Amino acid sequence: MRVEPAAAGGSLSGAECALSRAEDLDQESAGWLRRLGADGGERQAAERELHARLVRIALAEVRRRSASTPVTGQELEDVAYQSAADAMLAILAKLGDFRGESRFTTWAYRFVILEVSSKLGRHYWRNPPVALDAGQWERLPDRLGIDPERQAESAGILAEVRRVVDAELTSHQRRVFVAIVVDGIPLDALAAELGLRRNALYKVIFDARRKIRRALVANGYLEEPGLEQR
Amino acid sequence: MNDFDRLERFLRTDPQDVGCDEAMAILHVYVDLAAAGEDTAERYPGVAAHLLACGPCGEDFAGLLLAVTRGQPGG
Repeated sequence: MRVEPAAAGGSLSGAECALSRAEDLDQESAGWLRRLGADGGERQAAERELHARLVRIALAEVRRRSASTPVTGQELEDVAYQSAADAMLAILAKLGDFRGESRFTTWAYRFVILEVSSKLGRHYWRNPPVALDAGQWERLPDRLGIDPERQAESAGILAEVRRVVDAELTSHQRRVFVAIVVDGIPLDALAAELGLRRNALYKVIFDARRKIRRALVANGYLEEPGLEQR
Repeated sequence: MNDFDRLERFLRTDPQDVGCDEAMAILHVYVDLAAAGEDTAERYPGVAAHLLACGPCGEDFAGLLLAVTRGQPGG
């Protein structure tokens, strides 16, 4: 398996890579490949069956995510059907990439799950509950799950978080942190809006979290060493 | 867990975290292992660390695992 350069702090170890090498295909996966590679009616029947499965999974997935997206109703169903259609095209185009590292259906279903994520991110901006760069700092305690009755207690450390964000993050880090953490814009939605990959934004947030944490430790707000210093 | 614990946990970063691209590249392998009851964190510690920290990738993992366990013929 091709291994990408580390995105955040680590990378797949040699052992992890070795574990992901292809093994012999299971019977069901071999059957899917044979049918999808056949001619005429057998192939068409396999494609219909796979597409039906993708539609069912996409519909279940958009419903599962409905509480965390502003996309609703018919638009949500449309996202599901579009995701299934696009996933189907991608699967058929990439059949040669399947190397039996997992069951074929798991490999195929991954396409539709990722399509749903990506499309919900793009559709977020059709009716966004918060504008980009809104900077709703008053919502931060709620975003971090801080008990409203204890927010006065937390005011000092949250003010320090804001100071670090304003003073020590780069402008790009600050914009991404405020959008995702302070304003609660989904990472995939921000990625779509800024034309960036999910991984690129995650790396920005990863570095911002580390920078903020170090400042809080240095200034006596946090004491635990944390994983980054193991 | 108190409020400072929540904040500390949010800010904590794991050096093993492989990031979104690598985690998503082997998501299907990871999900098959999870569905089979294997210790995924032991076999793929960097991916496990990432899925704990990254909400969107964690959602994709949860969705694919559900699809695999619910998406069987007749399921």
